[in-house]
Amino acid sequence: MAYKTHIQFSTRQFFHEVGGIAKFTGRFFKYIFRYRFEGREFINQCYKVGYQSLLLIGITALILGLVLTIQIRPIVAGLGAESWMPNLVFISIVTELGPVMFALIFAGKVGSGIGAELSSMRVSDQIDAMEVSATKPFNFLVVSRVSATTVMLPLLIFFGDFLAFMGSFIGLKAYTGISFQLFYTRAFSEFFFRDISPATIKSIFFGFFIGLISCYMGYNSGRGTEGVGKAANAAVVASSLVIFLLDLLAVQLADLLINFPRG
Amino acid sequence: MDKERILHINNLHKSFDDKEVIKGISLSLYSGENLVVLGKSGAGKSVVMKCIVRLMDLDDGDISVFGTDVVNCGEVELNHVRNRIGYLFQEGAMYDSMTVSENLLFPAKRNPKLRKLSDSELEDMVSYNLESVGLEDARDLWPAELSGGMKKRAGLARTLMLSPEMIIYDEPTTGLDPFTGESILELIMEVKEKYKTSSIIITHDIKCAKRTSDRMLIMNDGKIISEGTFNVLKASKDENVKLFFK
Repeated sequence: MAYKTHIQFSTRQFFHEVGGIAKFTGRFFKYIFRYRFEGREFINQCYKVGYQSLLLIGITALILGLVLTIQIRPIVAGLGAESWMPNLVFISIVTELGPVMFALIFAGKVGSGIGAELSSMRVSDQIDAMEVSATKPFNFLVVSRVSATTVMLPLLIFFGDFLAFMGSFIGLKAYTGISFQLFYTRAFSEFFFRDISPATIKSIFFGFFIGLISCYMGYNSGRGTEGVGKAANAAVVASSLVIFLLDLLAVQLADLLINFPRG
Repeated sequence: MDKERILHINNLHKSFDDKEVIKGISLSLYSGENLVVLGKSGAGKSVVMKCIVRLMDLDDGDISVFGTDVVNCGEVELNHVRNRIGYLFQEGAMYDSMTVSENLLFPAKRNPKLRKLSDSELEDMVSYNLESVGLEDARDLWPAELSGGMKKRAGLARTLMLSPEMIIYDEPTTGLDPFTGESILELIMEVKEKYKTSSIIITHDIKCAKRTSDRMLIMNDGKIISEGTFNVLKASKDENVKLFFK
């Protein structure tokens, strides 16, 4: 009986949160079009979220390219297709691994930071203080942060893709002595615009939802220090889940839109 | 009383889940008056204040501030009213990511009237208001570098930037040592004289009530149990009122 009650409560809570996020999204679009855009805060946030994740994404990307190449090479070489290695690794990173992995890192680093920051502002009455002085805290705190994550994540993913590409080259060079020119030519030999456009579009959505969900969790957090921890944690968990759901949706849509006309 | 009534609350009710915390409160504030709302922690004082500026929605009742029905008005009218009210939070609520002077400039640069002023005029206002609260040397400090009393002073200076006609002080002396608490009370009286503001001061500190009140209300368990001047209430025979003066 207790389990049943718990499941009922959790289900109700889940739909309550989904409804809350939907309302929060509506409020975001209302504010972004109706009120003066906080340009200076947007640039400040772009710098903060970009700078915060640059090193982490850079290191991860380099290792990702390197490890992927080292692990796949023996299998591909066994099949006699070693010349396809650069293309295989590059396409898998650009279309799938890069956006998802870098978005997850971004959610962990930036999402938790936003959740904790807004939540501690809520706890210490800073958001209420902005509200009572009619300064529209939603515009200053939420719109600027969500816009910044939406713009910065795709750029960070491009940066990560480039470093993963270099990591892959280093890995292959160590084993086969391939020249950079040959690696570059092979990597881009079967690489088309249609490979990068769905990845870019989904990374924009990843950035938007990471920012939005993290802001929602922080802005509507519970009181007390416990609320701060919960908000940071919930921001990462919910953002990660949404990344995978969006990825699943994006794969299906890209398959429909790009591959369908070609049969 | 022939003074203008600037705030009127009529039969305010507010519940959280099944618990009714405000049980039909009515009160008024007149221009130039310091009204102290005295009550124990959990009596519902802060809830009433948050309903006045609509940080919380009430369940039932009417609230009129400067003649505007804040319960049913739109966002524009509400912001217009909020621009005329200052709210000093318990811990000062300074924005952590900004220095003291940036904290003061933040609401000013977003205020419809003040944002027309030049940067140097706004800087002069910052200096004037910091000087008024005795923090002229703290303009470049971060909130984390301020003591509890300094945070409250800085919070008050930020409130004064918008030249409010009415200020709500939420527990102004809580968490401060007696000397710092005394200096905050002095400051409240100075602000009243210098800026000609009306104030609501919510507190459980009887010393604060004595120093700052023109009139007092005593709240207990979500209701107002007594009203009058400090001396009238002190002489009350009501056991619940007597408890506060022991």
